[in-house]
Amino acid sequence: MLRLEKRPNPSRFWLWFTPVLAVLLTMTAAGLLFAALGSNPFTVIRTIFWEPLAGSNASYFRAQLFIKAAPLILIAVGLAMGFRAGIWNIGAEGQYIMGAVIGASVGLAFYPTENRLIFPLMVAAGAFGGWAWAMIPAILRTRFNTNEILVSLMLVYVAQAILAKASFSFLRNPEGMGFPGSRNFSTYPAARNFDLIERSGLHWGAFTALAVAVAAYVLLTRHGIGFQIRLAGQAPRAARFHGVSPTRLIIFCLGTAGILAGMAGIFEVSGPAGQLTENFATGYGFTAIIVAFLGRLNPLGIVLAGLLMALTYVGGSLAESRLNLPAASIQVFQGMLLFFLLGVDVLTNYRIRLSRSQSKGAGA
Amino acid sequence: MKRRNLLAGAAIGLGLSLTSGAAMAQGLDHVKACFIYVGPIGDGGWTYQHHQGALALKEEFGDKVDIAWQESVPEGADAERAITQFALDGCNIIFTTSFGFMDATQAVAAQFPDIKFEHATGFKRDQPNVSTYDARFYEGRAVMGTIAGHMTKSNKIGYIGSYPIPEVIQGINASYIHAKKVNPDATMTVVWAYTWFDPAKEADAAKALIDQGIDVILQHTDSTAPLAEAAKVEGVIGFGQASDMSAYKPAPRVSAIIDNWSPYYIKRVGALLDGSYAQSAAWEGIAGGEVEIGEITEAVPAEVKAAAEKLRDDIAAGTYHPFTGPLNKQDGSEWLADGVVADDAALATMDFYVEGITGDIPK
Amino acid sequence: MIIGGIDIAVLMASLMVGSVPILLAALGETVVERSGVLNLGVEGMMIIGAVSGFIAAVTFQSPILGFLAGAACGAAFSLIFAFLVLVLQANQVATGLALTLVGIGISSLAGQGFNGIKPPVTGAVPMGPLRDIPFLGPMLFRHDWVVWFGLAMVAVTWWLLNRSRAGLIIRAVGENHEAAHALGYKVNRIRLLCILFGGAMAGIGGAYISLVRVPQWTDNITNGIGWIALAIVVFASWRPGRVLFGAWLFGGLLVLGPNLQAAEYRIPVEYLSMAPYLITIVVLVVMSARKGARMGAPASLGQNFHASR
Repeated sequence: MLRLEKRPNPSRFWLWFTPVLAVLLTMTAAGLLFAALGSNPFTVIRTIFWEPLAGSNASYFRAQLFIKAAPLILIAVGLAMGFRAGIWNIGAEGQYIMGAVIGASVGLAFYPTENRLIFPLMVAAGAFGGWAWAMIPAILRTRFNTNEILVSLMLVYVAQAILAKASFSFLRNPEGMGFPGSRNFSTYPAARNFDLIERSGLHWGAFTALAVAVAAYVLLTRHGIGFQIRLAGQAPRAARFHGVSPTRLIIFCLGTAGILAGMAGIFEVSGPAGQLTENFATGYGFTAIIVAFLGRLNPLGIVLAGLLMALTYVGGSLAESRLNLPAASIQVFQGMLLFFLLGVDVLTNYRIRLSRSQSKGAGA
Repeated sequence: MKRRNLLAGAAIGLGLSLTSGAAMAQGLDHVKACFIYVGPIGDGGWTYQHHQGALALKEEFGDKVDIAWQESVPEGADAERAITQFALDGCNIIFTTSFGFMDATQAVAAQFPDIKFEHATGFKRDQPNVSTYDARFYEGRAVMGTIAGHMTKSNKIGYIGSYPIPEVIQGINASYIHAKKVNPDATMTVVWAYTWFDPAKEADAAKALIDQGIDVILQHTDSTAPLAEAAKVEGVIGFGQASDMSAYKPAPRVSAIIDNWSPYYIKRVGALLDGSYAQSAAWEGIAGGEVEIGEITEAVPAEVKAAAEKLRDDIAAGTYHPFTGPLNKQDGSEWLADGVVADDAALATMDFYVEGITGDIPK
Repeated sequence: MIIGGIDIAVLMASLMVGSVPILLAALGETVVERSGVLNLGVEGMMIIGAVSGFIAAVTFQSPILGFLAGAACGAAFSLIFAFLVLVLQANQVATGLALTLVGIGISSLAGQGFNGIKPPVTGAVPMGPLRDIPFLGPMLFRHDWVVWFGLAMVAVTWWLLNRSRAGLIIRAVGENHEAAHALGYKVNRIRLLCILFGGAMAGIGGAYISLVRVPQWTDNITNGIGWIALAIVVFASWRPGRVLFGAWLFGGLLVLGPNLQAAEYRIPVEYLSMAPYLITIVVLVVMSARKGARMGAPASLGQNFHASR
């Protein structure tokens, strides 16, 4: 029988090769799915993975990759720090929404004033919105030891209700003919999240995401608090001996995640999305959880994972429209990719052994 | 910069055919028509009906037309990308079939002046290559209201509203006015579901209405859940919405208001083929075939059916408008004087109930 | 009995019906979490149950076969999750989220061609004269059998977890899998069975939506009910009796909104829709503040177990 044996240290080789293996496995399995649906599997796989990068009009689609990946990376980096410390914030979607609502409210309050300070102020307000929303589970956790997984998840629904309220009443565009939805930021230059390089998709959010990923990497590997985070996750008891304050760590990790999610929200609403509507939140906060794990909770890995995830969205949507595939088939394809990525990770941490009758026990 | 145009667009309102945008001198030999859907084709309602319209194109024009579509497209950046994708892939005309795609459609249209864009239910036509289209669902609601007024025994009619937006408010007012016309004792209770489609929520809303003694339910949400709820109680009737919902014939589904986009799609793509295409703001109703009244079943007495069909035919013939004065607003102030017909701009921004409806529109 | 224009018996009856899917799924998840596994894929398993139950019921014109198919397919689908987290040691949170994504996708593909069909009716259990008892009749004795099944399952899971030997083992595994392993229990085999049970219960709950509550198949029919079920498990601090209470409270708040509107109360709908979640948070806080460190959460919740140590 096959048996797993824990490696003393994660395998360097598999750490890098498992994602490749997962993509290959997905291509095979998804190919079968697409063939079953009556499409040519090679065409579909090519359309998803190749066309956005190097096919016709690829310059447009490459820019779209950044647009799609930016919020995912920004949120996932924040979440990963918490996950490493054993702090489970799964309500980033709510923090993302509140960042967008608070940030957009501040921006629209100045409409139509033109001033260079408005956009930075909006970003700060968005970061505050996300932070404040994340502080609710943080304080409840540190004060009353309330489970943060559930509080943060519950707050997503509350945030969605607030978003609906905002788009129907207090942020509703007065010139919108009675329809829900805020003003469009594309009509308000001072509050607009522009592409820094024209048509590159690299708006403020994308740059921030990259900068944050690098900063987080440095923080985790070189800085004291990074050490505390890792220690708290791996050996909570030892962490306490080393004087790591769990309260401080919770406030720091949830706060950072909230700030980053809130910023992702305001960048999105003032840039790619353009306006706040009831359907503004499309699940970036949840997808980012998956991205965080795909990136192995490593900020640089998250950048790659975010781009890969974005590729499946952009390429998947191309496949849908060019080959008339049902949207659901792309969803299943993405799910398969996630399953394989999560599954093959076992090779990084474990060795597969053929066990004779009985295991000799101690592996590590 | 765009603000001025926007105001101008709003002032013109819906339903007025714009004369700007010169007709194309020459038609196309082949048209690729592309569709952006907000939901899955399998929703059995809004998106499903749009897809039927797309398929009708293929049937009508055969090899001269290719269709492509993308379903479940989220609003915002994703919509803009999906529309651009179609523009880059050589579509000649792109139909964006949900209100939420309005700004994305404008943005993409500005970059592709040679491609025609058609946005459903919106009002922005800032670009000369953007047309809008919508259906006068309130005409169908007037017919439903007539049947409802005749059929109710408890004199209590319920209405499941989706969102408090003009289109829905038009529907509530139109059905109430015509129910009241044939049954002065009729009252109407509105429950806001805050969703276009959430079967469980719609079922709850229908059940709550039935528990209040309501025996006729009109719905402006797209699932069959309210009909299924009505089917559980003897004597309660309802109407199909968006699609025919024929599984619930002959009762509780006694008739239906069907969105039929095929005539419009065929007209527009046909115009592109023969060269007569021009920017427009279409708002067609029963006459244009966009709003269809589903078969009125035998559960409805013959004279009621006749009355409903007469109203339908009068509206189609243009001899009757569902919003004809004298009509007062809910607060008793005069809205339309005797014989005056509501203009389209007023309808397109309707944000009040007519006199006699109780309750508030959520703000 | 009518209070404020709302018939309480009828309101109670509709919340009993409305809460069935949440109740079943939450009971299943309670057992799963008690064994130390956090499966966030409830929504995905429910919608798989909804579509498979619908297809089976329509094909064989039998609601019972529909519910059985829902249970079987829900369980089979949860097997993917079990394989990933138990054998391949994948992270439970991420795997559960992926499970939901895939479930919604697969259900949509499988359900093509089943739109607009009416499934066979799941009738009320004949209760004879009990139906007509004032107040109690309309409240309790006009339900279909699944409502009773749900209530019975509350008792069954309570008994299973608190009074049976199997429950003792499940709880041991959930509290401290290392110790349970040292005592000779097959941790992952026990967890596998719990996950399958959770999948089957979610599947039946999903089938109830597509066969009774809404009777139709459309894409995304569960529309977030699985997430509410997850919340209720915690709300109930992992106890079956409280799960029933939580399901009714949530179900009640969900039906109260339309009922208040139908009775022409002028209430701000959007605030009402936040209420269940805010109440859950308050309950969580109160519980955790009162009990201190342990709020009933299984100590090994969310942690994978590998036997080689």
